[in-house]
This record gives sequence, structure tokens and C-alpha cells, in this order.
Amino acid sequence: MSEEDAPFAIDVAGITKSFDGRVVVDDIPMRVRRGEIFGFLGPNGSGKTTFLRMLCGLLRPDGGQGRCLGFDILGQPDDIKRRVGYMTQRFSFYEDLSIEENLDFIARVYGVPDRRGAVAAGLARLGMSSRRRQLAGTLSGGWKQRLALAACLLHAPELLLLDEPTAGVDPKARREFWDEIHGLAAGGLTVLITTHYMDEAERCHRLAYIAYGKLLAQGSVDEIVRQAGIFTWQVQGPRLAELATLLRKTPGVEQVAAFGDALHVSGSDRGALAAAIAPHRRDPHRWTEIEPGLEDAFIRLMRSSGTQ
Amino acid sequence: MTRPPLSFRRFAAIAVKEFVQMRRDRLTFAMMVGIPLIQLMIFGFAINTDPKYLPTAVVLRDRSPFARSIVEAMRNSEYFQIVGEVASEDEARRMLSLGEVQFVLNIPEDFSRHIARGERPAVLLEADATDPAATGNALAAVSEMATSALRHDLKGPLAQFASGPPPFDLRMHRKFNPERITQYNVVPGLMGVVLTMTMVIITALAMTRERERGTIEMLLATPARPTEVMLGKIVPYILVGYVQLLLILAAAIIIFQVPVEGDPLVLFGATFIFIIANLSVGLTFSTLATNQLQAVQMAFFFFLPSILLSGFMFPFRGMPLWAQWLGECLPLTHFLRAVRGVFLKGHGVSETMYFMWPVALFAVVAIVVGVKRYRQTLD
Repeated sequence: MSEEDAPFAIDVAGITKSFDGRVVVDDIPMRVRRGEIFGFLGPNGSGKTTFLRMLCGLLRPDGGQGRCLGFDILGQPDDIKRRVGYMTQRFSFYEDLSIEENLDFIARVYGVPDRRGAVAAGLARLGMSSRRRQLAGTLSGGWKQRLALAACLLHAPELLLLDEPTAGVDPKARREFWDEIHGLAAGGLTVLITTHYMDEAERCHRLAYIAYGKLLAQGSVDEIVRQAGIFTWQVQGPRLAELATLLRKTPGVEQVAAFGDALHVSGSDRGALAAAIAPHRRDPHRWTEIEPGLEDAFIRLMRSSGTQ
Repeated sequence: MTRPPLSFRRFAAIAVKEFVQMRRDRLTFAMMVGIPLIQLMIFGFAINTDPKYLPTAVVLRDRSPFARSIVEAMRNSEYFQIVGEVASEDEARRMLSLGEVQFVLNIPEDFSRHIARGERPAVLLEADATDPAATGNALAAVSEMATSALRHDLKGPLAQFASGPPPFDLRMHRKFNPERITQYNVVPGLMGVVLTMTMVIITALAMTRERERGTIEMLLATPARPTEVMLGKIVPYILVGYVQLLLILAAAIIIFQVPVEGDPLVLFGATFIFIIANLSVGLTFSTLATNQLQAVQMAFFFFLPSILLSGFMFPFRGMPLWAQWLGECLPLTHFLRAVRGVFLKGHGVSETMYFMWPVALFAVVAIVVGVKRYRQTLD
């Protein structure tokens, strides 16, 4: 079948959606290769969740077309739903069912072959075999997230849509979660994940950044930084807060952000930036030109789109 | 240690917040105004415990002026509305059994001859006494009427009968519930009331709960189709409905000793249609309501007229026409007739279906609306 040959798990263009006349997703194209971990970034309310919901048939796009796993996103939502695991931002399994009952329900709805075996395997992978009778509502945030992931994987989907899966999860659990995602992707699963964390974004193979419903950049971390077209200096030394206030008023400096005991000073015109910081390049401050980070790039992208 | 005094400011903060939330939830706000209005309308205008103009059929075997005077006297009492003359007693009995008429007046052959001879012939007034409250006043009125009905006809040689005992013997026959036991009417009716209450509320909450808890998003992302979801949500409650039915049936027979003249299986069949109708209403509500409070209010909005206008609490025929029409739109009205028919009148399948087809129609409409309203997306 063509779905196996399609190099892209997601290949859509012109996706548009508005609610009550307000455009939430504006003409977004997206291509995600099979087996790729694709990060989807953007500020709150930028339309990420709406976009995910349109991919898996929960919302109908107002405009645009494309294919998800080789199926038409408008005409074949049922085929897509069967092959997609969608993990919602808010825990959306039954809190008054036990862990096992939730998994069993999902296995039934998706018609998973060897249901009992699949549920047992899911429980074992969760490391929850002994707690399987515990009600889902009594789980902590981290465990709920693991349960949700296990439930989404139960029907062996080809595409995983994760909507801010690590919000409110502690660093160790996040690390384990990402290890699992990478393991799954290595096994051929395509993962589309939304996040606000830069360290998570850097763990993705490729990224898309949207703001105000518009796609601002798409590509690998390096490509996105290059697209942003910024230059960054790092400065260390005493009384950085005062220096920051001063620099923000200086033409040529577009961003000043504190990173621990250092400031990142960025601008899109390399010469102007160098000229702007020149008066301050003396003791006790130590200046080094560094590779701009993803966060610097994103803030630049967001600002430039906002001023357009 | 003294606790600080109550703060008016803090109290006001809570109260103001409540008002703001109240105003946000338009439906709840509408219900708070609407429900008292509806209660006012129903209790103020619709309910009447002294029903008049009750439909009465007449079997006239004697066409003398005497017979006509009796019919006329009944009409003048305002309790009876003579809907027509019926050719045979069988036909009259059928009308009584199906509730088309509340009373049947039988005037025997040779009525006038027997009067003339002073033999005090019997006139039979049969009443559908299923609901003792609906017939009580009319029957009381008719016995007074009997003495005076023929006063103007008894002239000349017959004047001698004008005084003394009434010139004819009015026999009243309270059919279906001769002992006038209120429980016989109320307990079977309770089946319908209990089923309406639980079925509508439970299912109204079913879908709204998914939405409120956010599980709808997961459910919609699965391949489950609307029909599958609806059926899956309805069927368990059909079983619950039957458990309730059996409970009330057992109580009716064992505790209240209500006679079961008909076949309980017919009752089970009629109940199926009734449960489906109520579940469909509940499901439709649950697709309309945005939160569980709204769902409960909608269910209440349906339940209130059902219990008041169906003939469960107050005689159906005592209500003005508009209220009767409203009542006819409610499944409970028809189900009550069917249940009381099976219990007290020994109705079989055909009579029961005669009552239940409007309920079936209602169910179909509610299902269509519910499925149409069910959104497979979050739009």
C-alpha cells in the first residue's frame, strides 16, 4: 500500500482553523518523516493543540489538505484514528477506573489482538503490575503521564501525538520519558511532541515553531538558529543586572537575557551589535561571542513576527 | 487566642464571585427563572383536583323523554360531557377500557314503561375508577342528580312518583378499582415516575461527565463511532431500568397487593419502549448541556411536567386542554395508561401497543435528535 511507501508520516499544507472568527491556526504546512521525533514549539495559545487535534480528527480544519500516515486528513479520519496514539495535555483517562481497567478499555476500543496479553505487557512496561488495581485518579502526575503514554501505545500506533506530555513532571521522570520516546522512534514510531522546554526541543530531530497560529520556522536546531539570523555574545562579571538595563537601551542590541551568572546579548546585525557592546568590553566584564541558543533564536523569531 | 472577627469583605468577595459565576452560566440562570414560572403555570392553571366535563358514552336502549332527561341532567351537572351514543355494550366497554371515555351510561330497554309502572328500573353508570380521585366527585354529583332528573317529566298520573324515592335505581359500577384504593393507581404509576427520573438523569450526565472530566477528548480520538458510544452508554442503563421495574413490581404485589390482571410480560415489553424513550431524552440533554449541573437541570425540566401533567399526581382530565396536550407529548402520560391498563384492566399486547406507539414515536425522534447533536469532533 501507498501508506508504507510514503516517506512522510505527516504531510499537510495550508491547515487553517478559526473559532468564532478568530484565526487560531493560519495556513500551516508540516512535513514529518517516518521515525522522526518532531518538536512542536510555540508560546501558549499559539495553536499547537488545535493543530494536533486536526491531525487526529478531533477537529475539522476550515482549510488545507494533506495526509497523515498516507490517509486523507479530511476524508479518512477513522483510518487515521486507528493508527495514531494521541496523548492529551490534560489527563484524559478515567480516574474512577483502575490502571488495568483503563488499559483494558483502550485495548477493547481499538480492537487490540490478544487484549489480555497486551494489557499485561503494558502494565509490565509501566512497572505497575503490582499496582494495577489502583484507581487512576489516585496516581501522582508523573505516574498519570506514564499511564497515558502506555495507553496511547497499547494499539501499536504508527504515529504518536504528544501534547505537552512533560508539563509538571519532575526532571528524572522527564529524562526517563525522553529515553523511552527515543527508544520508540528508533523502533520506527513517528513522534510529534509539543513542548515549552528548550532542553526538550534540543532532543528532537527536527522542530517547528509557531506563534499566533503562524509557522515561523521549521527544521533542525541548527537550521532554525541559522534562520533566526542572530548573533550572541556572552558576558560574565559583577552587577550584570545594571549592565542588562543599560544594554537594553542601546541600539543594535535586540535581546538581553540572563543565564545563571551570565548574560546573553543578541542582535541580528553583527556589526551593530559589536559596536553597541564595545564601550562595555572592559574589566571587570569578560565577553565571548557564542553560538546563539535555540531560546535566543525563538525569541527573535517571535519578536520579528509580532512586529510585522 | 482569639480568632479575628468575621470579615464582611471576605464574605462579600465570595458572594460577588458567586453572582459572576451565576451570570456566566446562562442556562442555569434561565432555569432559575424558568422553573418557578413553569411551576406557577402548572400549579396555578393546570392542576385541578375536581375534574369536570368527563367524557361519557351512552348506551340508549330506550329513547323515551325519560332517558333523554337523565342524559340532559348529567350534562347539566357539568361533570359529564356526553361524547356520543354507542350502539353496543361491547363497544362501550372497549371505550371504557382504553380510557376513551370515563363513564358509560346504560339505559335499559323498556325504561319508560318500567318507570310508568313505578317499578324503579335500574340505570347503570359504569365508571373507569382506576384513579379514584378522577371519578369521585362526578359520582357523588350524579346520585344527587338522580332524585331530581325526572321531576319535570313526572306529570299527570305519574306525579305520584315525583315524591318519595327516586323513580329509577341508579347503580354505579366502579370498574377496575371497585374499592377505590389509591395505591392501586399510584404504585403502578410509580414505575413510570421512577424510570423517568433515573433514566433521564443518569444518561443526561453520561456524556456531560466525559466532557467535564476531559475524557471526551480521548474518547473522540479513538475509532469509536457515535452510534457505538451511544449504544454502549444506553444499554447498561436499560438493565438498571429493569432492575427498578422488578423492584417496584415485587413491592406492588407483595407489599401493596395491587392486583395484576394482565400479563407481566406485556409490561416488560412496554417498559422497554419507555426506557428507550427516556434514555434518548437523557442522551439528547447530555449533548446539549455543557456541564453536569446543566444536565441535571434539563433533566429536572423534563421531569417536573412529566410528574405533574401525566396524570400521575392529578387527574389528567381535570387539566385544561393546553395542559392535556402538553401531557400527551410526554412519554410518561402514555406509559401510565399502559401500566395501569396491564395491572388493573388486564390489557394485552394490542391494547398496550395502542398506548405505547406515541412513546415509540417519541423515542425515534429523541434518538434522531441525539445522534444528530452528538459531535464526533470537538468543534
